[in-house]
Amino acid sequence: MPTIARASQFSAFLLVLSLLWAHAAAGAETPSLEALWALVQEQQAEIERLNAALDETRNELGSTQAAGRANEEKLTIATEYLDQIATGSALADSGQRRTTIGGYGELHYNDVDADAGGDYRRIDFHRLVTFIGHEFTDRIRFFSELEIEHALVKDTADGSSSGEVEIEQAYIEFDLTDTYAARAGLFLLPVGFLNETHEPNTFYGVERNDVENIIIPTTWWEAGGSLGGHYRSGLSWDFAVHSGLAIPTTGSSAFRVRSGRQKVSNAIADHPAFTGRVRYTGVPGLELAATVQYQEDASQISGDGLDSGILVSTGAVWNWQRFQLRALWSQWNFEGDLVELADADRQTGWYVEPSFRLGRSSNDWGLYTRFEDVDGAREQDRFQQWEAGINYWPVQNVVFKLDYRERDLDAAAGDFNAIDIGLGYQF
Amino acid sequence: MPGISRMLNMKMRMIIGRVCMLLSIWLPAAPAWPETQVFRQADSFLAGTFGQHLPQAQQLWVTADLRRELENEFGWRAGLRIRYWQQGTQTAWILDEIGKDRPITAGIVVGEHGIEQVEVLVFRESRGWEVKYPFFTDQFIGATLASGGDLDQRIDGITGATLSVRAVTRMARVALRLCDETRRATLARHQ
Repeated sequence: MPTIARASQFSAFLLVLSLLWAHAAAGAETPSLEALWALVQEQQAEIERLNAALDETRNELGSTQAAGRANEEKLTIATEYLDQIATGSALADSGQRRTTIGGYGELHYNDVDADAGGDYRRIDFHRLVTFIGHEFTDRIRFFSELEIEHALVKDTADGSSSGEVEIEQAYIEFDLTDTYAARAGLFLLPVGFLNETHEPNTFYGVERNDVENIIIPTTWWEAGGSLGGHYRSGLSWDFAVHSGLAIPTTGSSAFRVRSGRQKVSNAIADHPAFTGRVRYTGVPGLELAATVQYQEDASQISGDGLDSGILVSTGAVWNWQRFQLRALWSQWNFEGDLVELADADRQTGWYVEPSFRLGRSSNDWGLYTRFEDVDGAREQDRFQQWEAGINYWPVQNVVFKLDYRERDLDAAAGDFNAIDIGLGYQF
Repeated sequence: MPGISRMLNMKMRMIIGRVCMLLSIWLPAAPAWPETQVFRQADSFLAGTFGQHLPQAQQLWVTADLRRELENEFGWRAGLRIRYWQQGTQTAWILDEIGKDRPITAGIVVGEHGIEQVEVLVFRESRGWEVKYPFFTDQFIGATLASGGDLDQRIDGITGATLSVRAVTRMARVALRLCDETRRATLARHQ
């Protein structure tokens, strides 16, 4: 500023000198000293007026720049917010975002050709499941799974409606550290492959395998508490204390494990159960898992001929290139006079399932075959079954399935073969 | 064996009562529950990639065509712009993707010859924790995009962690595609 003012004064001085010189050269009359002084003062006033105007312009420019910076900042904030909405990742800290929904569903068609003449063809909307989760904080969350089975649930006098509405999960999970977590509520037991992960696009076959139906009564949930940990090596463990089975000891479903699920519906809780699992997934493509469960009294009734029970289950999955081999073995051992007399004190099942999958992110195909050997409590639960089929995933979360099954019962009658078609999805 | 209620004899009830008393004293003074589960800070990830002289963050504005491609072929929803860091031919991307129902945040470094590093920075899911660890993420090193937008290397999945595996794989594919986009833009500027 002072430099500019001095430069302006110097310019005015030169102007006055040049005027004087021009006047002298023209031989005009020399102006008086007073006139010159008045002229200099007039020029000085003009300079000051111009400086004031310049200062004002500079101030305006500064304000405009500050406003521009503020607007740019607002634009950045707005863009980031729009980004967050556009990607859906982000109302992350709002209550709205912290509640999430998801689900899956599957439709089955079964065409069964039985030796004993019990042929049938049925189409069934097997299940529609909705997940609702809520995150209270990043470390405390709620998760639930509500299922409608067989499309229709109606209130009949004799309870003959084939449909069911079930709460399969409703628990609070606490991340104690990055390594350890605890759960409390109603949760899926850590046993087998399908019990915790049974979305239809994640397994082969329209119907779930029979070992994880008859021996491990998937989907199997109980109420209680659990603790789990996982480590950088890929080793993890879970331990749960929970409500137990109430397996019937009489009737057509006597000693059938699947009929013992109380589904936490006014469940008898006289005798708890304990489940522990160790799992290793430290090599990509490999999973090794083993579960042991102890039922204090598998019927919940002391002295009725069915007392304690132990389930041991172990399985492995190995992926190599596009091939996968999956195998599972499970066995129940029950104590009690009556269960031994009924030859149901040891119930065993195993299966092996090789498969091949192209592995594309869309328009993917997979082929599989499976052999199962099941020895359950009831006559119809003792069989060997071979099956083969194909899965087609147009996108990863939608699957079409087709398979063929041949079941050979240990009993003289009851063998069948079946063709199954299925549609499944998850979101 | 007797039931739980019968096992709770007087002695056990006294023990439980004392534990409850101790908890009631300790809980009010207990430290607050941690709010975040950050596996590794983004700053630390970037410093590990570029050293202490962190390059200025740049922005890739997502055009309508690119947005459509990312959504339809990669199954990934882009924002208006994506921040990234570049030094020479190396770019670093920090992306979010939903696993089962919560976003997973991953840092991905892409170099001249494909992916150089994948690191899960924040994991918020209940299952699928395996994807946090190097025994899974190391599979991505050297991967590039094949025709059709898939990776040219097979990524072995983890049973029970299918959705988390897919989410991390998708982010790796997207990072490669975005890096390709920045290279195209650089070439266009120099022509």
